[in-house]
Amino acid sequence: MSITSEILFVLPELALLAFACLVLVCDVFSKSPNKLLTYLLAQASLAVVMVLVIWLYPDERVALFNQHFILDPLSAVLKVTVCAASIVVFLYSYHYFRQRDLLQGEYFVLGLFAVLGMLVMVSAYSMLTVYLGLELMSLSLYAMVAMNKESGTASEAAMKYFVLGALASGLLLYGISILYGVTGTIILPELAAHLGSPVDNRIVFLFGLVFVVVGIAFKLGAVPFHSWLPDVYEGSPTAVTLFLASAPKVAAFAMAIRLLIDGMQPLHVDWQGMLIVLSLLSMAVGNIVAISQSNIKRMLAYSAIAHAGFLILGILPGLQADQGSTYAGALFYVIAYVIMSMGAFGFIILAGRKGHEADNLDDYQGLADASPWFALIMLLFMFSLAGVPPFLGFWAKWYVIKEVIAIGHIWLAVLAVLFSVVGAYYYLRVVKLMYFDRAETAPVIGADTQVRVLISLNGLAILALGFAPGELIRICTAVLGF
Amino acid sequence: MFQSLPLLSLLIWAPILGGIFVLLVGSRQRESSKLFALVVSSLVFLLSTLLYFRFDTTSVLMQFVEYSVWIDTFNINYHLGVDGISVPLILLTTFTTVLVVIACWVVIETRLSQYLAAFLILEGLMIGVFVSLDAILFYFFWEAMLIPMFLIIGVWGGPGRIYATIKFFLYTFLGSVFMLVALLYLYSKMGSFYIFDLYRLPLSLAEQKWIFIAFLLAFAVKIPMWPVHTWLPDAHVEAPTGGSVILAAILLKMGGYGFIRFSLPITPDAGAAMAGFMIVLSLIAIVYIGFVALVQQDMKKLIAYSSVSHMGFVTLGFFIVFSIMEQAGSNADAVMGLAGAMMQMVSHGLISAALFLCVGVMYDRVHSRQIADYGGVANTMPVFASFMMLFAMANAGLPGTSGFVGEFLVILSSFRANAWIAVIAATVLILGAAYTLWMYKRVIFGDVANEKVAGLQDVSPRETSFLLLLAVAVLLLGLWPAPLFELMETTLNQLVEHISQSKVT
Repeated sequence: MSITSEILFVLPELALLAFACLVLVCDVFSKSPNKLLTYLLAQASLAVVMVLVIWLYPDERVALFNQHFILDPLSAVLKVTVCAASIVVFLYSYHYFRQRDLLQGEYFVLGLFAVLGMLVMVSAYSMLTVYLGLELMSLSLYAMVAMNKESGTASEAAMKYFVLGALASGLLLYGISILYGVTGTIILPELAAHLGSPVDNRIVFLFGLVFVVVGIAFKLGAVPFHSWLPDVYEGSPTAVTLFLASAPKVAAFAMAIRLLIDGMQPLHVDWQGMLIVLSLLSMAVGNIVAISQSNIKRMLAYSAIAHAGFLILGILPGLQADQGSTYAGALFYVIAYVIMSMGAFGFIILAGRKGHEADNLDDYQGLADASPWFALIMLLFMFSLAGVPPFLGFWAKWYVIKEVIAIGHIWLAVLAVLFSVVGAYYYLRVVKLMYFDRAETAPVIGADTQVRVLISLNGLAILALGFAPGELIRICTAVLGF
Repeated sequence: MFQSLPLLSLLIWAPILGGIFVLLVGSRQRESSKLFALVVSSLVFLLSTLLYFRFDTTSVLMQFVEYSVWIDTFNINYHLGVDGISVPLILLTTFTTVLVVIACWVVIETRLSQYLAAFLILEGLMIGVFVSLDAILFYFFWEAMLIPMFLIIGVWGGPGRIYATIKFFLYTFLGSVFMLVALLYLYSKMGSFYIFDLYRLPLSLAEQKWIFIAFLLAFAVKIPMWPVHTWLPDAHVEAPTGGSVILAAILLKMGGYGFIRFSLPITPDAGAAMAGFMIVLSLIAIVYIGFVALVQQDMKKLIAYSSVSHMGFVTLGFFIVFSIMEQAGSNADAVMGLAGAMMQMVSHGLISAALFLCVGVMYDRVHSRQIADYGGVANTMPVFASFMMLFAMANAGLPGTSGFVGEFLVILSSFRANAWIAVIAATVLILGAAYTLWMYKRVIFGDVANEKVAGLQDVSPRETSFLLLLAVAVLLLGLWPAPLFELMETTLNQLVEHISQSKVT
């Protein structure tokens, strides 16, 4: 394939790059204090990219640019998820920053660059492309966390995130360099071919693998590489937390799939053991520590750690088509989690207003009296995150457990469901605060109509997908070629 | 004209949609939302009686079957149907919901429309549990049911409601997730969630035992069996009257239904292997919890413990079957045990609902559940006292009431297995009479205890209506239980036939 025709396939990424630069320029010359032009342009560019991705939907795997870049159904689905999630996040963010007079055009520019990084990660087919995408995403995110210059906690969070993130990237890069040093290739399928042939220096591969897994675990926020996550989630402006908790999860998932399954499927047995440990630790620590939190952002951060554990559990089966074991459960889980977590963090934005962030659990006391509709929506999010039917979260857990049982790890399934029972407690506590407690001062919903409609739609989507998950499940199995 | 009606779907979705409607529009219109809820629940009850009248008691097949694909990737289907086991429980559900709606009429003051909506939605979900023929559909309803119940106890309950409701939720959730793992394991073997496919699946004894234990954790918590019963007294005491009624009348029955629908037929060999253990647990529940009930100071707690003790009869009836078959008893004896257990479930549903409503009637006037705060109620509330007399007698198992039939059959079939089991189980007749009648004596008879009791008004027409309905039902089943047995007979025969065959390959 010639370079010119290959360029066509990366049209979404190129368009996003062009748009991001355009937004940057427009923002510089825009005098309007409400940044409406910047915002609308950013939203439009995401929408255009999404349309392009769908338009270019590949029926099979297409490897491009000497196999550095891949276009497959999986990447298309993940890219659509990333774009859609980012559009929703921008909607919330615009409202959030405008209400607090913190609106800066850079937020949208950085957001677009982060999305570009994610798209590259999703389509990466060589270790170098993975790293490029990862860094583009991470650097944008570091800056976004520090958006609010006035806030000490935000600066602290950004600093922590940057230092630890850089360390993790370094470890990942170290692992990559070892693998490259031994095999002489950075292309993932070639790496897999090397690893698949009988080798006598297996220990070196494992050495490299360990560092790669550490890098992935850091980005997913799995224990014991999770320590940045609660601080960053709590310290960031809620709109940035919302962003961190949505689209980058998809990208991190894609990174795990590309590196572990596309690149190192022959070492399946080895990384499976590591992932089991990471997953169990994450579920245990996340669920148990979340119980003792009084800040809802921090609580949801620990819940994100626990969910990362479940997600990793879903990656375990790898991809062995002949044995019918797939990571489709994890794919479903990550999409479902993004939808749910946007709802939960979006709700904090909904409940807050200037001067009142609504980030303490006690701020939700008596919400059911003050605003029955939104309390009901939050109830949907909480029960869905806990994995109770009839909501989407149930099917996500169900699917992962089903795949784990299918590969014979029944004890792991039992532990996973036990931890999800522990997790149910802190979600129930939010419902308890809203419904069973009476507040001294009734909480007020400060958000504008857009946010109200959006969060309602999000809640109803979780309910609707809970009753009819069939189509999403079908997509998840179809993109893996089943 | 009703032939083509999707009756079971209507039974599930009519109350749920009605509930959502009340939830959305009812907050401003108290009176009309009450009327609406009453109309919906009564219509659903009338619809459910169609099940009884159109049910073919000679057929071993599932009836009123509805089938459509739900999630085709994993062969999960929206598959509904009823047999002789589910029909009585569905009737019990729809009947009790009507009572609950009547019972809350003037009692619930805060968020009335949400209260009604919760009960209507709960009704739909409970019916869903009883009619699902797909294991995942069953689990879907089984778990979803927890949410309205969690809210009912937590929002409208007593002072300790938060502890009670979270305990209730976590306990039952903990039990259920093991069932989910077991179901998914069965799926990995069979590739289907259709319950009758799972019946046919051959399993080794070790597998069966694990699956049996997983099911046991789910169902034992729900029934509840000793020693996982501790959530029940808390939940009952703190729940509003309607919540206690639904808990006692229906939710506990789901555990029993689970045993007879899942545990017995899917893992018959494990059931046989562990029958002794299950019988011992049942006997402990019957005797020990009976003694615990004796010392309670709180009326609702007393009835809650009495529920645990009576539900012990249900599990005893289920598992004595294996003991009978092992000793080469006839299948007829085994069917008798199962029929007794089923009868006990229906009867206990009515009696415990009635007793909780009686306590509710007194609580609404005096605002106390303590036995010590009452005395001589008969002097001021004679009509009420006579109703409660009937229900207390029924709870003690007096012949002529429904309470007698089930217990008698279970004890009788226990004799076929082991006389000692029967003797121990029969102590319930003494204990049950002791704690129920002693409570009755202290509350109703004697001199008027205090001013509050002296100022009591007798039951209103509204209260009379639900007590009368229950009294008729209790007497009817006690004097003429034959229709109920006819309903169940074919299905139970078939079930015993099935579980007498080993599934071990």
